[in-house]
Amino acid sequence: MRSVALAAPDDFEGWRDAARALAAARVPPGDIVWQVGEAPADLFGDEGVLTGGGEQLRVPRRFVELAREVILHGDPERFALLYTLLTRALANGHVIEDGADPLVRRLETMAKAVRRDIHKMRAFLRFREVPHQPAPPPRHPSAGYSEMGGGVGERAGAADSTYVAWFEPEHHIVRANARFFVDRFNSMRWSILTPEVSLHWDGATLSEGPGATKEDAPQDDPTEAVWKTYYASIFNPARLKTGAMLKEMPRKYWKNMPETALVGELIKGARAREVAMVEQARTAPPRATGSNSQSAWAALREEAAHCTRCHLYEHATQTVFGEGPVDAALMLVGEQPGDQEDLAGRPFIGPAGQVLDRALAEAGIDRGKAYLTNAVKHFKFEQRGKRRIHAKPDAGEISACRWWIEQERLIVRPQVTIALGATAARSLLGRTVTISRERGSPIDLPDGGGEAWITVHPSFLLRIPEEARKAQEYEAFVADLKAAAARLRAFNPAS
Amino acid sequence: MAQLDLREKLEILADAAKYDASCASSGTAKRKSAGGKGIGSTEGMGICHAYAPDGRCISLLKILLTNSCIFDCHYCINRKSSNVRRARFTAQEVVKLTLDFYRRNYIEGLFLSSGIIRSSNYTMEQIVEVARSLREDHDFRGYIHLKTIPDADPELLRQAGLHADRLSINVELPTVAGLARLAPEKSAPRIEGAMRGLRQEIEDKSDAAKRYRSAPKFAPAGQSTQMIVGADAATDRDIVQRASGLYGRFNLRRVYYSAFSPIPDASAVLPLQRPPLMREHRLYQSDWLMRFYDYGPDEVADAADPATGMMPLDIDPKLSWALKHRHRFPVDVNRAPREMLLRVPGLGVKAVDKIILARRWRRLSLADVGRLTVSVAKLRPFLIADDWRPVTLSDRADLRPIVAPKKEQLELFAA
Repeated sequence: MRSVALAAPDDFEGWRDAARALAAARVPPGDIVWQVGEAPADLFGDEGVLTGGGEQLRVPRRFVELAREVILHGDPERFALLYTLLTRALANGHVIEDGADPLVRRLETMAKAVRRDIHKMRAFLRFREVPHQPAPPPRHPSAGYSEMGGGVGERAGAADSTYVAWFEPEHHIVRANARFFVDRFNSMRWSILTPEVSLHWDGATLSEGPGATKEDAPQDDPTEAVWKTYYASIFNPARLKTGAMLKEMPRKYWKNMPETALVGELIKGARAREVAMVEQARTAPPRATGSNSQSAWAALREEAAHCTRCHLYEHATQTVFGEGPVDAALMLVGEQPGDQEDLAGRPFIGPAGQVLDRALAEAGIDRGKAYLTNAVKHFKFEQRGKRRIHAKPDAGEISACRWWIEQERLIVRPQVTIALGATAARSLLGRTVTISRERGSPIDLPDGGGEAWITVHPSFLLRIPEEARKAQEYEAFVADLKAAAARLRAFNPAS
Repeated sequence: MAQLDLREKLEILADAAKYDASCASSGTAKRKSAGGKGIGSTEGMGICHAYAPDGRCISLLKILLTNSCIFDCHYCINRKSSNVRRARFTAQEVVKLTLDFYRRNYIEGLFLSSGIIRSSNYTMEQIVEVARSLREDHDFRGYIHLKTIPDADPELLRQAGLHADRLSINVELPTVAGLARLAPEKSAPRIEGAMRGLRQEIEDKSDAAKRYRSAPKFAPAGQSTQMIVGADAATDRDIVQRASGLYGRFNLRRVYYSAFSPIPDASAVLPLQRPPLMREHRLYQSDWLMRFYDYGPDEVADAADPATGMMPLDIDPKLSWALKHRHRFPVDVNRAPREMLLRVPGLGVKAVDKIILARRWRRLSLADVGRLTVSVAKLRPFLIADDWRPVTLSDRADLRPIVAPKKEQLELFAA
C-alpha cells in the first residue's frame, strides 16, 4: 500500500505529479490510498510516495482536460478513478474517446457536474454591498451590516464599498472559478466567502483566506428590495412553468438568493391573475363593441381572405366569411359554403339558405339581426363532370378552420349560438355530437361563450325523399329555432 | 423617496417588457474588465442569473425606457389606447440601475427597449444614449442588447450597433395579413428593410474587423427577432417557413417565438385565450432541428399534420418526422453517417458525436448507446446496434403509442 497526501481537495498538480510517478513505477490502482491533507488516515499507507520519475509518460490531452475538471468533484473516489483511467489510457490511448466505456462515462458525468457547479456559482452568487473597511473583511463583524448599507440612490460609485458574497458550492470549484470574478469585477473590491475557502480581491491582487460561515457575510443590502421588485415584475403569470424553473434553479441554491423568497407567492397568485385578466377583458364595458369591433371584424375578414390553414383554399373560389351585425345576440353556424355561396362569397344564399330563411321567419327570428357564418369557410367539393358535388369536411379541416370561428365569436360574443348540423356542432364543442340526442336543450359554452343549441342543417331537410317525413323534420327544425329564440327573449326582456 | 419612485417605475417598465421572450446574453465577443476603469465581462456562453416561475431565464435587466407609445398595436399592452399606468426612466436612471444590479451579480447586462414617444428618431436617440453612457462614461463591458426601431434614422441604428452586443427588430407576427390587422401602423416592408440594413452593416464591420484590428465592432452578437404565436391565423407550418426565410435572408442568430398570452386591458381584436405553451415549445424544437440537426424547412413542415398544418402537441417534431418516414429506419449505429444518426429520435448532437468517436475503435452494443444517452427505450425501434435489431418498423401500426411519452399533464393549468 502506498499513501498519497494531496495539499488540497482541488490539488491537480499534486495528483498529476504523484500519478505520473506511480504510473511510471507500474503501481496498480488498488495499491494506492489517496488522501487530502497531511494527516495519515490510513494504517496501511506505509510505503511512501515515489517522487520524480525519469520516464516520460504520454497521455492524450483529452485525459488531462478531463482530469483537471474531475479533480474538483466532491467524490472522494475521484483520485483513484482518474488513476485507474490513466493506467488504462497509457496502455490504450483510445479508451478516452470511448464515451460508452463505463469508467469514462462515470468520469465524464463527474466532469459535467463540476462544470455545472462552476456555471451555477457564476450565475447564482450574490454580492452584498458594505462600506469599505481598510482591514480585510473580519471573521466576526462587530455590527450588523444591514444598518450600514445605503440606498440605491445614495452612493454614487463603488469606490468606497466592498462587495461580499456567501456561496455554498457542491464541489471544490471556488479557486478554479476565481479568475472569472476577477475578470468581471476588476475595478471592485470584493470577497467571496465559502465554507472551504475565502477569496479576496482588492482591485489589484487576489488573496485567499480560510473558510467562513454564513454569519460572516453581510445579512442585507437595500438594493435587494429593488432587485426583488424586478424579479416579481418580469414574471409573466399567464405562463407558469415551475418545472422548467426548478430544473435550472434547483432548491439547493435558493437559500442564498434573495429573490427566491418570492417564488411561492408568485406561483400562488399566478392563475388568479390570469383569470382576472381574461375576466376583465370579457366583462369590460364594451368599448370594443361599437368602437373597434367593427374594424376588428373587417380586418379579420380581410386576413381570412388569404387563409391557407388547410388545403381547401386551393380549389375553392374564395373564402366565404360570416356576415351580420358584429354585436348580434344570436349567431347561426352552418357547415360550409355550397356551390352558390362559393361563387357569391356570402353564406346561406343557396337552396339550403332559402329553407333556413323560411324557417327563421316562422320562428320569428329576423335574419338581419343574426350573425351567420360557417364552421368551414371554403367550399369542399368533388368534381363530377361539370357539377361540383358537396363533400363533407373532415375533422382536420374543421379543426384548421376553428381558428376563424373562435375569432368571430370573440368579436360578436353572441348570447345564443345555433349550430346547424354535426359539423357546426363539432366545431363549437370540439367533440363529436349526435344531434338527435342533444337537440332541444341549451349547452353551456366554456369561458362565458354563451349557450349553444344544436339542430339539423337545412340541407338535411332537402335530402329527405318522402314528403311526410320531410314535413315532420321541418317542423322539428322550426321548433328548435323557436326554442332558441325564446331563450334569447328571456335574456333580453326589453327588446 | 427617490428610491420609492424608482421602484414604482421599475415595476411598471419591467412588467411592460416581459412579453419579449428574448433574454439571451450569448454569442458575443469575449471581453474582460481588467485594464479598464469599469466592470463587466462577457464569455461566449451567456449566464442565466435567475429563473422566474414562468421558466424563463433572467439574464439581462430587461426593461422599457418608457411604456408610453404613439402606436396602437392590438397585441401590445403598451398601445396608445391601453389604460395601463405609464412611466418613463431617464437615461441616467437606467444606467445606474444596470450598474447597481451588475455589481451584485444579478445580471449579465441590459436589454433595453422602448415605446415610441414623439418620434422614432427621438426614441432611438434616448436608447442609444443609455448604451453610450454605459460604455463611455462607465467603461461598462457587460452585455447590451438594444431593441431598435425600424423607422429610425440609419445613422442612429449604426450608433446603436457600435455600443450594443446584439440588436433586434421584431417582425411581430408570422403573417403580413396578421401584422396589418394587429399592428396597423407597422409595415412589414419597413421592418424587413431595417433588418436587411442591419445585416449589411454587421457583415461589413465584421469583414473590416478581419482586416484591421482597430476596426470598430458592430453588434458582435448579431441580430435576432421575435414573432408572436397564436394571435394570427398562421399555422406551425407557416411559422416554420417564415422563420427559415428570415434566417436565410437576414442571417439572424435567433428567431424567438412568444406564445401570445392574455394581457391586461386587452384589445377586442385579440383572442382571449392563449395557445398552449406546448405549441411554443414545439416551434422551438422545430427551430433547433433546422439550426443544429440539418433538417430543411420543408422537412420540418412535414412533421406537421397535413390537414391542419400544426405540429402534434403530444410528441416532438423529430419523432413525428421519423414516424412518417419509417422507411429511413432503422439506422445502424455502427455504420450510419452523422446526418442519419441525427435523425434518430432521442439522439442529441452530443450523443451522436460521442457515438462517432467511440465507434472508431469498437462496435457499439445497445447498452453502450444507453450509456451515451438519457433513455434507450425511445431509441430502440429506430436503431441497429451490434446486439440489437428491431422488428421491422412498417410491421408495427402501434409504434406511436410505444415511443410517445406517457400521457402526463403537459403543462400546469393547461388551457
